[in-house]
Amino acid sequence: MALLNARNLVVLATFALLALAPAYAAWVETPFYLDLGRRMMILAIGALSLNLIMGFGGMISFGHAVYIGIGAYTVGICAFHEVTSGFVQWPLALAISAAVALVFGVISLRTRGVYFIMITLALAQMTFYLGISLDQYGGDDGLTVYAPSDFAGLIDVDDDLSFYYVVFVLLALCLWFSQRLIRSRFGMVLQGARQNEGRMEAIGVPVFRYKLTAFVIAGTMAGLAGALLANHTDFVNPEMAHWTRSGDLIIMVLLGGMGSIAGPIVGAAAFLLLEELLSGVTEYWQVIFGPFLILVVLYARGGILGFLSRKDGGDG
Amino acid sequence: MAEPMMEIRALRKSFGGVVATDDLTLDVGAGELHAVIGPNGAGKTTLISQLSGALMPDSGTIRFDGRDITRMPPYARSRRGLARSFQITSIFPEFTALDNVALAVQAHDGHSFSFFRDVRREARLRDPARAALARVGLEARAEVTARYMSHGEHRQLEIAMALATNPKMLLLDEPMAGMGPEESGLMVDILKGLKGEQTILLIEHDMDAVFRLADRITVLVYGRAIASGAPEEIRASAEVRHAYLGEDETV
Ligand SMILES: Nc1ncnc2c1ncn2[C@@H]1O[C@H](COP(=O)(O)OP(=O)(O)OP(=O)(O)O)[C@@H](O)[C@H]1O
Ligand SMILES: [Mg+2]
Repeated sequence: MALLNARNLVVLATFALLALAPAYAAWVETPFYLDLGRRMMILAIGALSLNLIMGFGGMISFGHAVYIGIGAYTVGICAFHEVTSGFVQWPLALAISAAVALVFGVISLRTRGVYFIMITLALAQMTFYLGISLDQYGGDDGLTVYAPSDFAGLIDVDDDLSFYYVVFVLLALCLWFSQRLIRSRFGMVLQGARQNEGRMEAIGVPVFRYKLTAFVIAGTMAGLAGALLANHTDFVNPEMAHWTRSGDLIIMVLLGGMGSIAGPIVGAAAFLLLEELLSGVTEYWQVIFGPFLILVVLYARGGILGFLSRKDGGDG
Repeated sequence: MAEPMMEIRALRKSFGGVVATDDLTLDVGAGELHAVIGPNGAGKTTLISQLSGALMPDSGTIRFDGRDITRMPPYARSRRGLARSFQITSIFPEFTALDNVALAVQAHDGHSFSFFRDVRREARLRDPARAALARVGLEARAEVTARYMSHGEHRQLEIAMALATNPKMLLLDEPMAGMGPEESGLMVDILKGLKGEQTILLIEHDMDAVFRLADRITVLVYGRAIASGAPEEIRASAEVRHAYLGEDETV
């Protein structure tokens, strides 16, 4: 297994570009690139987490943006009540996302296939409308986050550049964590359950509790992305949890390559880049994006990374 | 004989109008190789599925190793030492042969809530898995992705996965299904090697194999056990000949 196959090179290149983006943004005096890079990385964390359950566990959740919304709202509502300490906000965002994922998982994981997709979608829409009904937190107008998460000087989320690298490090940690997870005993059970759930039970594994655990881990990681997103946009609204946002996450995973751990990072970067480029060309950019996606799904089954590894194989 | 390894009492299962298991009572003694034969659609797979927990019977009881397991979920039965192989190959196609078997070992080595250690470096999973592969003659194919193995190899892998769970009893559903004569011969050798040390319930259409291997044979027709006994008795039974073996069957 070559370490420097085309696949790993693309992942490395993506990380290198993300690491250098702030320098480039400063050089060409376009702070927008900093913003774009940070947004890519935050959504990459969300897509990475979705890939754990969707790509490796075969659980196609059509409501994954809910946990991003919950993470973001936790930070927003804390700030609204003048609880600005990040040491409170962020763990709380993770805990609430985990708790909601646990409840939604218990409900949805009793079903399979299309039913699972529909239930996760229904639960997501329920949560979305709950957000809209939160009048005291702005309803569907959302809530401006006036104060960034405060880490007592340890890290500065208010400074664009240092926040950028905070996100960068967190993304790298999430990737490392996912890598370990997939190659562990837990990861084998998760992948085995996708390939053949009946056989998994027959060899003695109670599959449900492992799928549920994976679902909660993924929801928690997405909650982290949400906490970051609230600080990134200084604003939260129910739109963050809308089903179309969940659809975007699915597309990022498909685009990057479901079968690979780092694929969603490349997918998220490609998604936002394409959105940027195409919306510069035409206001109806989806008209180009849609057919492009169909081509990817038809001709590059494993997404961008899958397409590259067709020539030289490899893992991860 | 001591208490049987498995006692099946008045088992019943129907699908709509089809009675697939009809008041079936059967004992499998410890260390015995008990074959169940019968024409297509007789209810053999349905029986195995009820014993392994994949299907719930409508009524009746199943005792295994001194316990009532009638309502136990499949994974719990596997944990108690009941292993099955599938008539239609059921493996993890994207994993290597070794990963397939190691996963079966893992399933019986405590829980799998281990998130950080590289599973492919765990000797306590890999070593027994290699031993089980060697047992069925697949040691040289350990690193091949299961999807790319031949049908015969899949059948061998099925057995290896069942063995890797360190079972007290094996439920084998047509291990020779779809095999050529050479591969079948290999499978008979594998089963011979297991006979005596394992309690086995074997379903098989290959009559040569069945009569060579079995200690006892039960004949199933339309879900009913129409005969049960030593191979010679079954061979001699006119009813069996008529119902199943056919006139020109030379056994
Ligand atoms: N899930 C099911 N739903 C409805 N009918 C079923 C189901 N499974 C089995 N049957 C019916 O039950 C009867 C017994 O089927 P079973 O698969 O157990 O037979 P078998 O003895 O294993 O046959 P074969 O030798 O072809 O493998 C058949 O009539 C079959 O059509
Ligand atoms: Mg059958």
